[in-house]
Amino acid sequence: MATFDSVMQRPVGPRGMTVSTIAAIAIVAFAIVFPLFFDPLSGFLGTSIQALAYVVMALGLNVVVGFAGLLDLGYVAFFAIGAYTTGWVMSGFYGEANIHVFVTSTVEALPGIHMNFLLVLVIAALLCAVAGVVIGLPTLRLRGDYIAIVTLAFGEIIRVFAINGPEIRPFGENYPLTQGKQSITPIDQIDLPFLEPLNSILSLRGYYWVILGIVLVCLFVVLRLRDSRIGRAWIALREDEVAAASMGIPLVKTKLLAYLVGGAMGGLSGAFLGPFIQVVNADQFAFSFSIFILAMVILGGLGSVWGAVIGALVLTFVNNYLIPDVLNGVPGALGLDFQFSDLGFGVFGFLLVIVMILRPQGLFPERRRAIELTEGLDGPPGGPPMGATPAPTTTRGEA
Amino acid sequence: MALLEVEDIHTYYGNVSALRGISLTVEEGEIVTLIGGNGAGKSTTLRSITALTPARTGSVRFLDQEITASQPADIVARGISMVPEGRRCFPRMTVRENLDLGAYLRKDKSEISSDIDRIFELFPRLQEREKQKAGTMSGGEQQMLAIGRAMMARPKLLLLDEPSMGLAPLFVDRIYDTIREINEAGTTILLVEQSATHALAVAHRGYVLETGEVALTDTSESLRTNTDVQKAYLGV
Repeated sequence: MATFDSVMQRPVGPRGMTVSTIAAIAIVAFAIVFPLFFDPLSGFLGTSIQALAYVVMALGLNVVVGFAGLLDLGYVAFFAIGAYTTGWVMSGFYGEANIHVFVTSTVEALPGIHMNFLLVLVIAALLCAVAGVVIGLPTLRLRGDYIAIVTLAFGEIIRVFAINGPEIRPFGENYPLTQGKQSITPIDQIDLPFLEPLNSILSLRGYYWVILGIVLVCLFVVLRLRDSRIGRAWIALREDEVAAASMGIPLVKTKLLAYLVGGAMGGLSGAFLGPFIQVVNADQFAFSFSIFILAMVILGGLGSVWGAVIGALVLTFVNNYLIPDVLNGVPGALGLDFQFSDLGFGVFGFLLVIVMILRPQGLFPERRRAIELTEGLDGPPGGPPMGATPAPTTTRGEA
Repeated sequence: MALLEVEDIHTYYGNVSALRGISLTVEEGEIVTLIGGNGAGKSTTLRSITALTPARTGSVRFLDQEITASQPADIVARGISMVPEGRRCFPRMTVRENLDLGAYLRKDKSEISSDIDRIFELFPRLQEREKQKAGTMSGGEQQMLAIGRAMMARPKLLLLDEPSMGLAPLFVDRIYDTIREINEAGTTILLVEQSATHALAVAHRGYVLETGEVALTDTSESLRTNTDVQKAYLGV
């Protein structure tokens, strides 16, 4: 038992802490200077920005699915709400209105509602936090698969609203909810206080640093939450709901808080992607996107913060760079009559299957889950859950 | 005034009636046991008291306050802790993390760590396994942990649901010694048990439940010598 114990405890020693702190600083420093190595408009930099935006979503979804154990298949809804927020209050979409809040003089001259990006971030996060709670409420009495179905439906409802948006005009004839499958465009460029407004036509670097900032803030929040009282409550909830309730953990509040945090991060990411992609339309918010983000979390290792980061980076680069740019011509070069990107999700699924076979706990598993899986492999196949199975070494001579 | 007063509670699982008018009281300092066969409503009574499955009618009063419709967390905060059936330790958390979670509602950090030391005194075995995952321990050790975890909330009333279930006889004796110790140190105990022999040996009073109703109540002494109880539950 002693050897097993020491294996489990190895990553947390004080020496390990300092090493990981140094590593973290080095990685952040590298991330900051990273765009200087590339042409300001390079496609690779664009993919990196996209990847970082997905990191934010993966971090948020990991709070819901990984920490609290609530399987959410409708995460795309928060992307949609965040992105549409920018369509509503950061573009000329509502041409009849003339509202400008903290924007540059150039934007000031345009019709529509134009608010400063920071304000839009706050609005999007708040809207999505509320949406998170709204979706959380009907799932409070449900478990596992049933939560998945309700959340999946929620994602679809939001998409259907987006598609039929032109017909939905609660605030008057000139204020449709969305543009449906047609794009709301252009979205205002990001404009931060005390800095020159960004311009993605000239350089993507500013966008990169903005999303990197959002990633770092979200990382900090998620890491602090994980090690807090509420973080422990989430994990207790995931492990055993009845026992958690018996400890005095308020189930409703704890679950809703997970949905709220996860939703808000999806909203932040959506509100960034609006001005970055410059278009918002209903086709961007398909069910497959929820699966895409969930796959990042699972690939990285459910519940693992660093896993979510790595999973999001890896899958975005595979999906947005490796498949369309690098490998696309390979079948043609071999004399086959298709392009690699036609296989898109097929490649992607294949990769996931390989990972799940070779490393089921994910690339960077959370400590707890890694243990669960390795013990599952050592134990008798198909045996009772390990909570009910005493380890042989401990029962010997006692029972 | 009794510490806990349960009055005529009816509890349902969906449309299935599980309790049909249970009334019982627990006085401060007592050990009271509920015995009865499978499906008699013993565990449901505890779930009704802790509001995990709230009673549909009737009332549960604790320290002269109505708690029937409270939230489970609120009931823990008022001083009722439960050791759930089947122990239900958090399997992938260490012994220490489990104990910490038992004190989830408490804010007094220094007191918490001295309470953990006290639990370790009560169960030295847990101290040896402080950093071990709860799921890797034997059933008896997990039962110790479940009791220790419930005590971390500093309850006035401790509810125990079948603490002897699935344990080796040696462990059962040890668990029951501890139950007596905890009671002597001032905690009132309501004990649900199928193994009536053990329960009646430690309890002051007992209730015999049958199909959701109280069939009989008396002191443990009298219940032990009651011929019906002997036949049905003591295997005499």
